[in-house]
Amino acid sequence: MVAHAETVHKQRHPMLAFAARWLFTTNHKEIGSLYLWLRFVLFFIAGAMAMFIRLELFEPGIQFVDPLYYNQVLTLHGLVMVFGAVMPAFVGLANWLIPMMIGAPDMALPRMNNFSFWILPFAFAMLLSSLFMESGAPNFGWTFYAPLSTTYGPPSTDFFILGVHMMGISSIMGAINIIVTIVNLRAPGMTYMKMPLFVWTWFITAFLLIMVMPVLAGVVTMMLTDRHFGTSFFQAAGGGDPVMFQHIFWFFGHPEVYIMILPGFGIASQIIPTFARKKLFGYHSMVYATASIAFLSFIVWGHHMFTTGMPLIAELFVMYATMLIAVPTGVKVFNWVATMWRGSLTFETPMLFAIGFVMMFTIGGFSGLMLALVPADFQYHDTYFVVAHFHYVLYPGAIFGTMAAVYYWLPKWCGHMYDERLGKIHFWTATIAVNLTFFPMHFTGLAGMPRRIPDYSLQFADFNMVSSIGAGLLGLTQLLFLYIVVKTIRGGVKATDQVWEGAEGLEWSLPSPAPLHTFATPPVIAQGNDQ
Amino acid sequence: MTSYAGGLKSGLMIPIFWGVPHISLAAKIDMRPGVTDMSLRIQQIHHMSLWVCVVVGVVVFGAMFYTMLAHRRSKNPTPAKFSDSALIEFIWTVIPVLILVGMAIPATTALRDIEDNENSDMTVLITASQWKWHYQYLDSGINYYSNLATPQEQIENLEPKDEHYLLDVDNPLVLPTNKKIRFLVTADDVIHSWWVPDFAVKQDAIPGFINEAWTRIPVTGIFRGQCAELCGLDHAYMPIVVEVRPEEEFDVWIEEQRLAAELAGEAAVAARAKTWAMEELVTTGEEVFLKHCATCHERDGMGQGAKYPALAGSAIAAGAIAEHLDRVMNGKADTEMQAWAPQLSDLEIASVITYERNSWGNDSGDIIQPVTVYEAR
Repeated sequence: MVAHAETVHKQRHPMLAFAARWLFTTNHKEIGSLYLWLRFVLFFIAGAMAMFIRLELFEPGIQFVDPLYYNQVLTLHGLVMVFGAVMPAFVGLANWLIPMMIGAPDMALPRMNNFSFWILPFAFAMLLSSLFMESGAPNFGWTFYAPLSTTYGPPSTDFFILGVHMMGISSIMGAINIIVTIVNLRAPGMTYMKMPLFVWTWFITAFLLIMVMPVLAGVVTMMLTDRHFGTSFFQAAGGGDPVMFQHIFWFFGHPEVYIMILPGFGIASQIIPTFARKKLFGYHSMVYATASIAFLSFIVWGHHMFTTGMPLIAELFVMYATMLIAVPTGVKVFNWVATMWRGSLTFETPMLFAIGFVMMFTIGGFSGLMLALVPADFQYHDTYFVVAHFHYVLYPGAIFGTMAAVYYWLPKWCGHMYDERLGKIHFWTATIAVNLTFFPMHFTGLAGMPRRIPDYSLQFADFNMVSSIGAGLLGLTQLLFLYIVVKTIRGGVKATDQVWEGAEGLEWSLPSPAPLHTFATPPVIAQGNDQ
Repeated sequence: MTSYAGGLKSGLMIPIFWGVPHISLAAKIDMRPGVTDMSLRIQQIHHMSLWVCVVVGVVVFGAMFYTMLAHRRSKNPTPAKFSDSALIEFIWTVIPVLILVGMAIPATTALRDIEDNENSDMTVLITASQWKWHYQYLDSGINYYSNLATPQEQIENLEPKDEHYLLDVDNPLVLPTNKKIRFLVTADDVIHSWWVPDFAVKQDAIPGFINEAWTRIPVTGIFRGQCAELCGLDHAYMPIVVEVRPEEEFDVWIEEQRLAAELAGEAAVAARAKTWAMEELVTTGEEVFLKHCATCHERDGMGQGAKYPALAGSAIAAGAIAEHLDRVMNGKADTEMQAWAPQLSDLEIASVITYERNSWGNDSGDIIQPVTVYEAR
């Protein structure tokens, strides 16, 4: 990599050359790294906000963060985690891996790839700058329900709107790039049904992104015109409809939930066969299940809105459709278990994270099924039960998925093995901390604690303290992870090309570390039946 | 149902589905059964779905743990070769569908009953605003506001927190037993959500919409809930307290309220006739300020940034009286500064304005009399 940079920019000052290299890079591996580092930075920022939240909730009463600031931190924690931590992590992985997995030399649209990354730092700088403004940051939760976010939103809401627009443009460009790459740049013989599952899940995710990101752009634009140009889309007083906001938002928001988990499914489907030393069970049904989940995700948005006064028939339709999602999701979990069944299992760190992913994501799936039942949802809705549910699918789901991926492919990226002992310590502390943090939230929610409150009545005190202690530990594990990653990049045991004894796929046929340019000539794919 | 009535007043519950011996633990980790037929039915649906999940979880996780132990490399050095089975895929697609159908049936029947708002005996219109509830008894014409009663000192940890910290209000909603009570729920500003867990009623209060819900409460007691939808700065501080009384006592209470409204009218006339001294107004004004205004403008009148402006030295509180009066009575459009004229009496408005104009360095010496407020209405 260094040699390449020198040949291109040898006449410039080293700092300039460094900046130019990363600013102008069109290489999928470098852009992938940029995405992953940005994700790291934003994950720490949003994580610090979570620490503020848990610190305030350690005890009843207002101690550290007053309600005004609490709502801002709560909002930015959600927004930055969703748009800054989870999504760029998966896009970064897609950049690194998809071309190597399908035998392509790079992404199909490299210049656009560069652009879609470099929008993001500015989008988040704009969003986060609102924290330092006189009237404070957006304070209406990451779901920004109107009219709290329109008529009653702080002036910084406009920065939020523009920031979301930029993130959306970035996501749409990234998704187009992924689709074009997969459709056009597969090596000869790499049929669709031979593609690794990670490529398949991202292929489907990219379609979800293209379909729903414009809807998000639409809803924030309607907010903007409501705020400044005299429209009344969401203002009852002007003949508008605050509930319509929720319909449009969740038409984006529910597929978004699957955008944040499908690539994680793909990662688990790559890792589990490797460490089971056995082919993925039910490849075809995995692909079909992913596609079914993606389809269903478009017709269930109403389950976020059961208490808004929906008619009975709509509640029933959404309830049944939501429950149906359990079927393809169950198929995936069963297939993972069947992949492990009678394999020859070892438990290196990526496998541990993948198994942790499957188990704890399943717990989140269970509470999701419970939430689908409308009568029970009237009790669960907007309580900590929901907070527990979505953190179970997002933390041990999306975040563990990302970590599993980093441990699994890092040796391929930088040529060194990570420290297995530290990796295992990371996994076990993270697993304990995740459950300590989020499991008690089920209890406080069932007992009646509403979400998004900086202060609570005494009956919820014990479990909140447990959650806060868990969250502190969870925060510390991130530092350990950062240390492990940096240590691995700087040195360590040389990784073999294959890296993992049971690994299969084109990326493992490349040297470790993978050179900057790979598959300049397409690899030869064994002819024969699809997977 | 009746077997529950004994333990209900304390708000605790008897765990019959959990095999947990320690009652208070079960009460802490399980959904509350509540006190109505519907809340109990919903708890049963919750338990049904929870146990389905537990059983499926035991099977799936059991299989995972078994394979992790039995098929690890040291035990099973040669992996099996199978990777597909249409039959197995079919089986584990169909079985979940059947389980889901089994879960959907009780949920559907319960939902149908929840949405049946017909044939109610009385109606209460609940209007939410930042950050209080307004209750209107449409059958008897009584209406009043319900505000948080927990003192600010407890929130700021200056005083010990009492048992019902953050779950206490000045005027609880009073309801009779054994009547089908219909709630109409709406909001004045942003979206709120009226939730009393023990009735299993949670209904969003949405400006421009009137949503319906109902309950029938078989027991007396005090039941507490909170706003469930993020509604701005003091979302955590708008609790709901419902006091359920026997039917006869409820009727007596309604009469008392009618009488009290008449008395308040007479008191207002008397207040207008009197010329109030500065000290009287400032003392009352401080009480009013702390209860209604301090949450945004702060007790020291310094406000919280641009959105919740300081009153000390402000253009309004230290400016013309007429503008100050207008702002307090009619509020400022599209902000949390709401119109206080419908919520406060002439005396309260006069007091709080006098207080604001003579505190925190504001030293206008202005005295606003209730009659001025009356004339401005």
